[in-house]
Amino acid sequence: MTERKIIALENAGFRAGNRWAVRDVSFTVKAGEIVTLIGPNGSGKSTTAKMALGITAPTAGTAWRSPEMVVGYVPQKVAIDWTLPLTVSRFMRLTDRLSVNEITAALERTGVPHLAKDQMRTLSGGEFQRVLLARAIARKPSLMVLDEPAQGVDFQGEIELYRLIGELREELDCGVLMISHDLHLVMAQTDKVICLNGHMCCAGTPMAVSESEDYRNLFGNRAGDTLAVYQHSHDHTHLPDGRVQRADGAVADHCDTCGTEHEHSEKVS
Amino acid sequence: MDDFVVRAGIAAVGVALVAGPLGCFVIWQRLSYFGDTLAHGALLGIALSFLLGTAPVLSVFGVCVVMALALYALQRDGTTASDALLGILSHGALALGLLVIGLLTTVRIDMSALLFGDILAVNRTDIYTIWLGGAACLAGLALIWTRLFAATVNGDIAGAEGQKPDQVRLIFMLLVAGVIAIAMKVIGVLLITALLIIPAATARRIASTPERMAIVAALIGATCALLGLQISLIWDVQTGPAIVVAALACFVVSQAVPQR
Repeated sequence: MTERKIIALENAGFRAGNRWAVRDVSFTVKAGEIVTLIGPNGSGKSTTAKMALGITAPTAGTAWRSPEMVVGYVPQKVAIDWTLPLTVSRFMRLTDRLSVNEITAALERTGVPHLAKDQMRTLSGGEFQRVLLARAIARKPSLMVLDEPAQGVDFQGEIELYRLIGELREELDCGVLMISHDLHLVMAQTDKVICLNGHMCCAGTPMAVSESEDYRNLFGNRAGDTLAVYQHSHDHTHLPDGRVQRADGAVADHCDTCGTEHEHSEKVS
Repeated sequence: MDDFVVRAGIAAVGVALVAGPLGCFVIWQRLSYFGDTLAHGALLGIALSFLLGTAPVLSVFGVCVVMALALYALQRDGTTASDALLGILSHGALALGLLVIGLLTTVRIDMSALLFGDILAVNRTDIYTIWLGGAACLAGLALIWTRLFAATVNGDIAGAEGQKPDQVRLIFMLLVAGVIAIAMKVIGVLLITALLIIPAATARRIASTPERMAIVAALIGATCALLGLQISLIWDVQTGPAIVVAALACFVVSQAVPQR
C-alpha cells in the first residue's frame, strides 16, 4: 500500500527570465514515505516544493499530483501583521472547517493546547512553529509539506519534533516532503534524501547520500561525519527540573550515559 | 429624504458601512497606498465622464478596474517593485486626469468638490447608487470572506492547500474599486483612503477576531460620518475633511484602550 504515489516530478524545472532557479528534478513521494530536500541557500529547495504543490507551474518537465491529495503545509515564514486580530484557534481554521475537538486534539499533539485562545502575534518562535504544525495535521493531510519546520525550536524540541513527524506519518499514512538546510537531525526519520544545488545532484537513502562524492563536495568533508552522530536513538530524556528519565521510565539525578551513546563524541570528564 | 442634511447623512452612513469591512482587508494586506492609487485614478474617471457623457460612478469604476487589473498583471510579472508601480500608476493617472480636465474648456468643474467631496449636494439617485452599490460590494466580500482571509494571512498556505489566493485578491481589488466609485461624491478623491483605513485601525484596538473587527469598523465609520456631518454644519466647514477629522479623533481616543 506504500506504492500509492502522491506526487511525481519528472525532469521538472523552473526558469525566471534567463535564470534557472532549479532544473531537472525527478522524484516521487508515496504514502507513508518521508522525503527530504536538502541543499544550500538558493539551491531551489523551496521552488521545488512549490512546483510539487502546484503553487508554481514548472516551466520545463512535469509535476503530477494525486487528485485526492489533501495538503498540510508548514511554510518557512509566516508574518502576522499587528493589525490582524488572529487567535490560534481561528488560525487553525484558516483553510478548513474544523470542530473544536479536532483543533484541541491537534494542538495537544504538538504540545500547545493551552495556547488556543492566545493571539498569534504573542507566540514565541517555538510556540509558533508548533501551532503551524498543529494546523497542518488537523486537516488529516495525505501529504505534509514542511519547510524548515524546526526554526526557533531548541535542540531537544527539534529532536522531539522530528520524532513526532515520524509518528504522524505512521498514523495518517501520509507522505511527508520536508525541506532542510542541514541533514543531521532529519536523518533518523528520512526514507529518501534529494540533494539539490540548482539541479538534482544526488538522491537516495540518507546513508548513501551522505557518503556520495557530490554531497561531500557540496557540504564539505566534515558533513559526512556530523551525519553519523545521529545514527542512534536517545535512551533518555532530560526533564525540565534537571533530572533524567531513562527509556525504562526510571528517573535519575545524574546523566551517567551522556557521552557514551555518542560514539563520535569525546567523553566529558 | 427631502432635507439635504438627511440625504447627506444617509449617503455618508452608507459609504462608511461598506468602507469599514473592506478597509480592514486594506490594512491587513498593507494596501493603503493601493487605495490611494485607485482614488487618484478616480479623477481621470470623472474627466472621462465629462468627455464621454457617461455617469461619473460608472466611468470612475471603469478606470479603477482598469488600474486594478493593470497593477495585478504587472505585479504577477514581478519585474518592478510594487511600491514603484503604485507610484507610477497613481501619479500617471492623476496627471492624465488633470490634463483632460484642463482641456475641457466647455464645462466648469468644481475641483474642490472632486478632491474633498460634495456631500451636501447628493440627490436621490446618488443615495440609491451608494446603498445598492454598497450592498453589492458587501455581498461580494461576504462571499469570498473565508478565502480572502486565508490569502491575507498567508498566500502560500492557501495556495498549497487547494485555494486560489491570487483570484480572490483580484476580486477584492475590484471591490475596492467599487467602493471608491460610490464614495467619490461623498468624500472626494483625496480622502477616500482615510475612510477605509482609519475606522479599521481604530477597530483593531477593540476587536479580538477579524469578523468582529470588520463589524466594529463599519459602526465606527458610520458614527464618525454622522459626527463629521454635525461638525461641518455647526462650524460651516467642508464635510469630507470633517468626517476624516472625526475618525482621526476616534482613533486617537482608541489608543487609550489596552490592545486586545
